[in-house]
Amino acid sequence: MTPLLSVEGLTKRYGAHLGCGDVSFDLYPGEVMGIVGESGSGKSTLLNCMAGHLAPDAGRVVFDTRADGPKDTITMSEPERRMLGRTDWAFVHQHARDGLRMGVSAGGNVGERLMAVGARHYGEIRDQAIDWLGRVEIDATRVDDRPTTFSGGMQQRLQIARNLVTGPRLVFMDEPTGGLDVSVQARLLDLLRGLVRDMGLSAIIVTHDLAVVRLLADRLMVMKSGRVVEAGLTDQVLDDPQHGYTQLLVSSVLQV
Amino acid sequence: MTDQAYNFAYLDEQTKRMIRRAILKGLAIPGYQVPFASREMPMPYGWGTGGVQVSAAVLTPEDRLKVIDQGADDTTNAVSIRSFFQRTAGVETTTKTAEASVIQTRHRIPEEPLREGQILVYQVPIPEPLRFLEPRESETRKMHSLEEYGLMHVKLYEDISRHGHIATAYAYPVKVEARYVMDPSPIPKFDNPKLSDNPAIQLFGAGREQRIYALPPWTQVASLDFEDHPFEASKADHPCGLCGATESYLDEVITDDAGGRMFVCSDTDHCDTRQAAGHRGKDAA
Repeated sequence: MTPLLSVEGLTKRYGAHLGCGDVSFDLYPGEVMGIVGESGSGKSTLLNCMAGHLAPDAGRVVFDTRADGPKDTITMSEPERRMLGRTDWAFVHQHARDGLRMGVSAGGNVGERLMAVGARHYGEIRDQAIDWLGRVEIDATRVDDRPTTFSGGMQQRLQIARNLVTGPRLVFMDEPTGGLDVSVQARLLDLLRGLVRDMGLSAIIVTHDLAVVRLLADRLMVMKSGRVVEAGLTDQVLDDPQHGYTQLLVSSVLQV
Repeated sequence: MTDQAYNFAYLDEQTKRMIRRAILKGLAIPGYQVPFASREMPMPYGWGTGGVQVSAAVLTPEDRLKVIDQGADDTTNAVSIRSFFQRTAGVETTTKTAEASVIQTRHRIPEEPLREGQILVYQVPIPEPLRFLEPRESETRKMHSLEEYGLMHVKLYEDISRHGHIATAYAYPVKVEARYVMDPSPIPKFDNPKLSDNPAIQLFGAGREQRIYALPPWTQVASLDFEDHPFEASKADHPCGLCGATESYLDEVITDDAGGRMFVCSDTDHCDTRQAAGHRGKDAA
């Protein structure tokens, strides 16, 4: 089986400071990978390098494209990479405001990716937008409202709908539940889990919330100071942490 | 009465060469916004500094100039730019579309069909059609170069979802030769079909934004739309009150404070020509 995404020796430096160093892993279709670590450990740098938002200093990110099979996304041309970014890839930002157009209605936000890949039939775009609002549990009557009138949880769900509407195969998520209160987090996680399973999505989730990876991720990577210190199956890593830092991380979670 | 203190058409020859280079590049890549070193002109930004510079660069002493503002030859902007070139270039001027070789326009295309050899110069306030959707210039340039124009349709989508139809009535975005999306300057969308397959050279100058773009003669220009909401060139559904024309673009003129109004051709030359030929509308004195 060909990995959907294969990362080899990915390194990004900020001057003398290491962003992330020598990260390698394979992600297979349908698999959800979690990346955890404390603030400043290089999780987001790694994610942005993989998603093409940052140019890494070394390494390869090979994606199994629909048309041409495995291709290095770092050396591919920019139009190709941007095309991937709006078809087969999706990126869910921590702050919904970064991922949404706040001046455009919910329907327009969801429809943007469809129009970006050539949809030119208003009625069909709108039907699909309404369908997707339903799937992320936003009432269809809100389709013409702007995201500014939505609550934080709704904005985050709208962002997810906007990203998944073109049926991507790989979703990058940067702290998708950050900044939401716990009951909203739980609903969002439920929703994400359902969508990931139903659509057979592969996903890479960056978070510092161990509960999120416990629920969503099949495999886990633990990062510290730009390096991967431990990797393995989620339950294995969380229940039997080997590295000192992982042990600290797991034991730091408050039990209520 | 030429003012000998100025070079022909106000600008110095080096500046005109620079602008002509930008114009030639614009003509070679229809719809592409060419940056140019816009000069300070003796008029405020927003009054047509871009159009004036383009006109100055293409004028020759043999040219006959017509200047219109919203279709009219006798409004402030048109009168002052016309007298500016009379004074600095000494060219002949006219109000007749057919007799002019260079026409500088603000917000209209003349009703009378243009012919080969004529140059139509537009004054452009904001050359970037994607500006209000994507504020970053670096990003819009990339979108143009990679032909990523989905966002333009988001604007039209928003129009339909809010108003039930595409409510954009002026500065209606167009696609040039199936490549660049272009802002046709704030002309009413009624004029959009005239952009396409036009025998005249069409030049667009934006002074404050320092951009020039162009449509060579016989260029294909398509207005963006949706399959189920096709583009429609709209106008007020009335005949002209003075000349009775039913096919021309109309201005609504409020005549009193009791709801009285009349519709008249916005193209004054077109209206005058028709009246001289004996056509009369219902409000004609």
